[in-house]
Amino acid sequence: MYKTANAGHVGASLSCAEILTFIAFGWMRDEDEVILSKGHAAAALYSTLAERGLITEKDIETFYCDGTYLAAHPPPNRLKGIPFATGSLGHGLSLAAGLVLASRYKKSGKRVFCITSDGELDEGSLWEAASFIVHHSLTNVVWLIDRNNLQGFGRTEEVMKLEPLTKRLELIGFTAVECNGHDFASLEQGKEQLERSSQPGVLVCSTRKGKGWKPYENTVDSHYLPMKNEQYEALCEEIDNQYQLSVSGL
Amino acid sequence: MRAEFAETMLESADRYPEMIFLTGDLGYMALEKVRERFRDRFINAGVAEQNMVSLAAGLAYGGLKPWVYSIAPFVTLRPYEQIRNDVCLHDLPVKLVGNGGGYGYGIMGCTHHSLEDIGAMRILPNMQVYVPFVGSDVGQVVHQMQSDPHPNYLRLNLGARISQPIPPFAAWRRLTCGKKGVVVGAGPVVENILNLDTSIIEDLDVWIISQFPIHGIPEELLEQISRLRRVITMEEHYGQCGLRETFAASLLEKLSASIRYQSLYAQGYPSGRYGSQRWHQAENNLGGEGLKQTIIEFLQ
Repeated sequence: MYKTANAGHVGASLSCAEILTFIAFGWMRDEDEVILSKGHAAAALYSTLAERGLITEKDIETFYCDGTYLAAHPPPNRLKGIPFATGSLGHGLSLAAGLVLASRYKKSGKRVFCITSDGELDEGSLWEAASFIVHHSLTNVVWLIDRNNLQGFGRTEEVMKLEPLTKRLELIGFTAVECNGHDFASLEQGKEQLERSSQPGVLVCSTRKGKGWKPYENTVDSHYLPMKNEQYEALCEEIDNQYQLSVSGL
Repeated sequence: MRAEFAETMLESADRYPEMIFLTGDLGYMALEKVRERFRDRFINAGVAEQNMVSLAAGLAYGGLKPWVYSIAPFVTLRPYEQIRNDVCLHDLPVKLVGNGGGYGYGIMGCTHHSLEDIGAMRILPNMQVYVPFVGSDVGQVVHQMQSDPHPNYLRLNLGARISQPIPPFAAWRRLTCGKKGVVVGAGPVVENILNLDTSIIEDLDVWIISQFPIHGIPEELLEQISRLRRVITMEEHYGQCGLRETFAASLLEKLSASIRYQSLYAQGYPSGRYGSQRWHQAENNLGGEGLKQTIIEFLQ
């Protein structure tokens, strides 16, 4: 999608592609929702929606084109599987909390998966949401942090220190579990640990921005630069290899 | 109006089971009974307005009608992006309630005043702003908001204290008929005109508007403006994003004749000093002798 569109944000999508895939096909039920709070990884989300049959391949072809519903950040009110438009960081976790609270009133038991980036943790509103979730024991909010250590203009630990992140989350009152966000077996283990806990849970998924895109993997560049032809081909091969490895681990 | 608002909430708790009440840690000596009546549908979301508004969007998406209460600037400006993105762009029925519009919090100072809330809210997509005039408007407004499937903002203040009878709540209401000039005002501050000497009032055709954006101007009002060819707007709000500008724009679309257009509006803190709501109104010619002189000159 990014290659065809000659667009950036490749790194952000590759960073959370396995996380979204795992949620879509290994965790969520039909009644559950996913909020991609890091809306700049929209292509990864659109891909899982296409695989779930909620949008078509034809829709996918319109990505970035004039007149598309599939903008660079997820749109409001249009697509099944996207309850909320995102793109401005720090909104998703509160929205997830609201949806889960609504389902608590309606006794529906809906779970809401919310994927935030790690740079997004700079936003104060996100910590407001975190405190609220713990205070109200909203265990049906499943928070996943795409911990790739990179943000818009630097490394997270240089821009605004997050570590010891897991400890911080535990101190607030979360069950915080670390896992490898590119490995389905590790994600599965994380899921099981969260599901055993009676506290709200957060999965801190260790990832690499631009995973598999060798020239730019784990660089800020992977957030912005479009792909060249030869890089695209190499990346497809890498993704295929990684996928085979991950699946064999399940 | 806060008392009337709380009273209406008490009546509404059982009537509207989908109503959820959220407060940003405010309501001392005002919302205790509301908290009791709503039980688990009353949420003190803490001093965290951004989360509170997005949370409300989530609740609304989940089929509920959340009412979000705080002091006017805290519920409008602090979470402005959350209101725009999460509530308005999704056209969700979140009901924002701001207490103390204008200089309502008086001596509490500028951080607690709200002089741009109507402008900030009225420009958002799908948003309808309500500015009641008297305390008795509040009940009807609440029920109207509750049945509206879109986002709303309710600006509360001290209700106008006037002696003349007031028609039931409507977007436009004519309060007096006069032969020299038209007044178009928003909010309880218009009481300061209605309480001027009778000799002044009898020359004024006073209208109040209580809903924004402006959806049309009554024919009768247009006729009066065309006939008298002078109109003055009045609001406890900045003019550049308030009634002054939006009414002028609406009028330009409708009126071909040239008229004299004057405005009374909040200018902030011209002296840098603080006082009661009345003191601020007087400093901005929205009350007291300054208002009286402005109106006398307007009628000459």
